[in-house]
Amino acid sequence: MIEFRNVDFWIGDRQILDDVSFTVPRAQTKVILGPSGSGKSTILRLLIGLWKPDAGAILVDGEDVTRVTPVRLQQIRRRMGIVFQQGALFDSMTVGENVGYTLLEDGDIEEDQIEGTVRSYLSLVGLNTDLVDRMPEELSGGMQRRVAIARALASRDPDILLYDEPTTGLDPQSAERITDLILRLRDTMGKTAIMVTHDIPDAFKVADRITVVDHGRVAFEGTPVELTAADTPFIGEFLAPFRKSVAAASQRVSTRGRRAGDSGLNLGGTS
Amino acid sequence: MIPYTVAVEALLVIGNQLRRLVETVQDVVLFCVTVLKSAFRPPFYRHEILEQVHFALVGSLGIVMFSSLVAGQALAIQLGRELTRTGTKSELGHMMVISVVRALGPVLTGMVVASRMSAGITAELGAMRSSDQIDAMVAFGTDPIKRLVAPRMIGLLIALPVLTILGDALGVIGGGFVGLAYHLPLQSYYNGVYKYLTPSNLLVGMIKPFFFAVLIATVACWKGFTSAGGAKGVGVSTTHSVVISSVGILVTDFICTKLIFRLLQW
Repeated sequence: MIEFRNVDFWIGDRQILDDVSFTVPRAQTKVILGPSGSGKSTILRLLIGLWKPDAGAILVDGEDVTRVTPVRLQQIRRRMGIVFQQGALFDSMTVGENVGYTLLEDGDIEEDQIEGTVRSYLSLVGLNTDLVDRMPEELSGGMQRRVAIARALASRDPDILLYDEPTTGLDPQSAERITDLILRLRDTMGKTAIMVTHDIPDAFKVADRITVVDHGRVAFEGTPVELTAADTPFIGEFLAPFRKSVAAASQRVSTRGRRAGDSGLNLGGTS
Repeated sequence: MIPYTVAVEALLVIGNQLRRLVETVQDVVLFCVTVLKSAFRPPFYRHEILEQVHFALVGSLGIVMFSSLVAGQALAIQLGRELTRTGTKSELGHMMVISVVRALGPVLTGMVVASRMSAGITAELGAMRSSDQIDAMVAFGTDPIKRLVAPRMIGLLIALPVLTILGDALGVIGGGFVGLAYHLPLQSYYNGVYKYLTPSNLLVGMIKPFFFAVLIATVACWKGFTSAGGAKGVGVSTTHSVVISSVGILVTDFICTKLIFRLLQW
């Protein structure tokens, strides 16, 4: 389980996160939702220890990642795979070297075996295995994002996956493939996941629970159904431009019957 | 008369700038120490080191050789004229060794390599920083200092002394051809060269490239790692990197020369 407990974070004299608390139970997908610049991506950077919070605790299975030794932090990171905004693929390496990056770094496995593993992960994310020798810039944005997911999965088979705006800038079809893949990974492999996004339909599609962040503060925490029922001014204002999309996404979730609780969804609007 | 409040404000601004400068120097020194510690401890990224040696050595070879040859000849023209006027043109080889091997060669090679390599390194690492590739490395359990910075420093530590030797050689050889124009036979010129190519003179010239390599790698990688603000930020960092490296080489040259002279009790 992942837990943020009263986390504060400052950059210079600007407060980025203010008393942020939430939990992510094992094998669930938490979506951190909010407008651009609200501090969403900071949450992931704090979780993997790229930055240190000024106050509060960040627990992974009860262990505070802000207080562990660098060696222990490395071990905890090995349990996580992260998909950065825009993929962050290493542009001096081929697709195959990107996906097999951690395996090559560890140096414990023969190169033939690594290539086999790389191909299997490329297949898993729905990519042609012949792409291994291509350079990242030769791929479309959607394909790059799927390579980034394959790289995250291949990184020592992590049980926690972190997605930072995985669908931003993609066409609807590519975005749909990515969110389908995220759902598949949760449902078939039982991965715990945190997805940061400002895209409300995507959030409703993949989330078990949603935390809405506004100006670094948690403005809402609950299920997608509870979010649609929330009537605070910020939530209303935030959801208003997307209400049609929310309705459509929620309707889709409801129709698929993915969760029993979703069947009573009432948006007060039509899709 | 300057009002009291304006004077206090001016002092505060100067104080803040000084504090930031001291903090930056402290950060750069710590970064350099971390890189040096990391560079000589296993595991070594052999492929990356060879790549960087190739990039620095083979990539800079042409421009270093051409610059050294031309600069050596220009220097020999100046010295040849003055020595001929004083009737001591046979000292041209001696003067060329002192000027090229001790001073001009290492600085010229350092400047050429600094302008080429620091721009390339800062731009590459800055682009990696702005596209989250460095953070991705950390997230996947790799130490970016070891993976990215140490190979660049080792690459420069190998390439720069070799380039300096080649540059010095071409500068001195170029001087020999200029000597012919002043009716100084090559044999006489090279006698002067060999006579003054002493271990002390070589030490003065050959110790500098190692300091220059550490300086160029530290400044270029530091500026790349701390680059912010997208493409414009990378551009600014790259410019700063070239300027700081180039000025740093001149300052380091002065300090090294002073220290070595004291060491050799000259």
